[in-house]
Amino acid sequence: MNALTDIAARPAAAPEKAVVLSVRNLESYYGPIMAIRGCSLEVREGQIVTVLGANGAGKTTLMKTISGVMDPEKGQIMYGGENIAGAAPDKVVRKGIVHVPEGREVFPLLTVEENLRMGAFVRNDADGVRKDEEMVFSYFPILAERRRQAAGTLSGGQQQMLAIGRGLMARPKLMLLDEPSLGLSPLLVKEIFQIIRRLNREQGVTMMLVEQNAKVALEVADYGYVMELGRIVMADDAKRLLQSKDIQEFYLGVQSEESQRGQKRWKQKKTWR
Amino acid sequence: MDVLQLLVSGLANGCVYGLIALGFVLIYKATEAVNFAQGDFMMLGAFITLGLTNEQFWGLPFWVSVPIAILCMGAFGYLLDMLVLRRMFGQSQVAVVILTIALGFVLRFAAGVIWGHQPVSLESPIAGKDVRFGGLVLGLDEVTIIVVTVLLTVLLYFYFNRTKLGVAMQAASQNQLAAYYMGIPVKRIHSLIWALAGAVAAVAGILFASKGSIDPSIGLLGIKAFAAAVIGGFGSLPGALLGGIIVGLIEPFASYYIAAGYSQIMPYLLLFLILVFRPHGILAQVHRKKV
Repeated sequence: MNALTDIAARPAAAPEKAVVLSVRNLESYYGPIMAIRGCSLEVREGQIVTVLGANGAGKTTLMKTISGVMDPEKGQIMYGGENIAGAAPDKVVRKGIVHVPEGREVFPLLTVEENLRMGAFVRNDADGVRKDEEMVFSYFPILAERRRQAAGTLSGGQQQMLAIGRGLMARPKLMLLDEPSLGLSPLLVKEIFQIIRRLNREQGVTMMLVEQNAKVALEVADYGYVMELGRIVMADDAKRLLQSKDIQEFYLGVQSEESQRGQKRWKQKKTWR
Repeated sequence: MDVLQLLVSGLANGCVYGLIALGFVLIYKATEAVNFAQGDFMMLGAFITLGLTNEQFWGLPFWVSVPIAILCMGAFGYLLDMLVLRRMFGQSQVAVVILTIALGFVLRFAAGVIWGHQPVSLESPIAGKDVRFGGLVLGLDEVTIIVVTVLLTVLLYFYFNRTKLGVAMQAASQNQLAAYYMGIPVKRIHSLIWALAGAVAAVAGILFASKGSIDPSIGLLGIKAFAAAVIGGFGSLPGALLGGIIVGLIEPFASYYIAAGYSQIMPYLLLFLILVFRPHGILAQVHRKKV
């Protein structure tokens, strides 16, 4: 057997830590198009779990379904002992899951500070909110400098920092990060991912990270899933995925002689069987 | 002296237009729909107050009927959004626009059935009195309209910039999807915006009714207010008020200096010129998304 993942060995690969989020057999539609076709995955406490995949693999739809912006057709999203599939977005945020969307999506005419306050919309503890604002500023000092500036005038990287900071203001247990590297320079990507790593370690925020930039994501993650055409086709420790020949060929652009280009042998494999 | 009196009466008219325009812009910014019944909301607010106050109907004291009418219109706006417009979520904006036009007709005829189609006057304590500033004699109604509009503007400014819900309303109108992600209850916020637009329309209606007689067709004033909103920059709250005041000021001066018949054209001529030379209006809020 080569680098193909042995699915049965998965629970042994990520031991002891409690499962925070468990997605089971999820199916979601974009109109008539089935964007997620029976997807199952687990996120364990304190980890960074990444979901890799090409354009249109269904990664963003998966995140939108978890955060309640889209409703699934079938399947369960177990979180905190209950099924939150189909719950309204504000309920999901109150339960401690916050979604940092693709493409930043800041409130352009509000100031940096007001954007952060809006991240804490579901909270009513004014003191805690103020403390967390200082916490966000300690991770992103540039935001403190620009606190009275309209968010729409920030650079792309600063807007990404603001989007992450705004998400943190909800005091999430689980943060869904959708393509934080989108449109940023390699240097900025490195910086952002270092901060994501620190937030995970120092603030104890569990992260689910969707990325097209497989290398950066796998370097920072503990565990990784590969998604194709709405299904999970591969799952393993991030380190092992980074070594995997398939990943190297299809996502990292490393060519080897044995692999046959264009033949994805594991393409249709489902992990939940 | 003439000029000053024209100025004050133009300002007073302009404030009423501005308040109706404010309703247009509030709803447009939040929901991207245009409520063409906004003028009829104003009419309904005026007639509810009249129905509560005037001797021939309920005969309540004026200062009791005013808050009741404002609350009624707020509730009307909220329920309209919750029960009707929320169901049209995802339909094209044209459908919503046509619905509001139809609603305007319904309100006009309903008001006619209840309160009659003949012009009636609101028994308002501010109607028909004068105030003197030195040698200057001004109508109490006009001064009140200006003062109330200024106060309401200040109140709304603080509401939108200093309260959590007010900022959330701005946030939801700037980026609806992101508002969802932050757990802001966007649908409830839309209903609250409709409530606010209804309440502001009621204030405008009461002020307008204090200046002269009203009949169910005064809602057509909404067209002028719509022009005012476009002149000021559709999508800008200060712009709506500014546009209202400009239209209000043009009217008396035009009818004073220009032959009748031509003077009524002036507000629309200005609208035309603004659309050609500054299509986003005077105080436009234009921003580009950074990628």
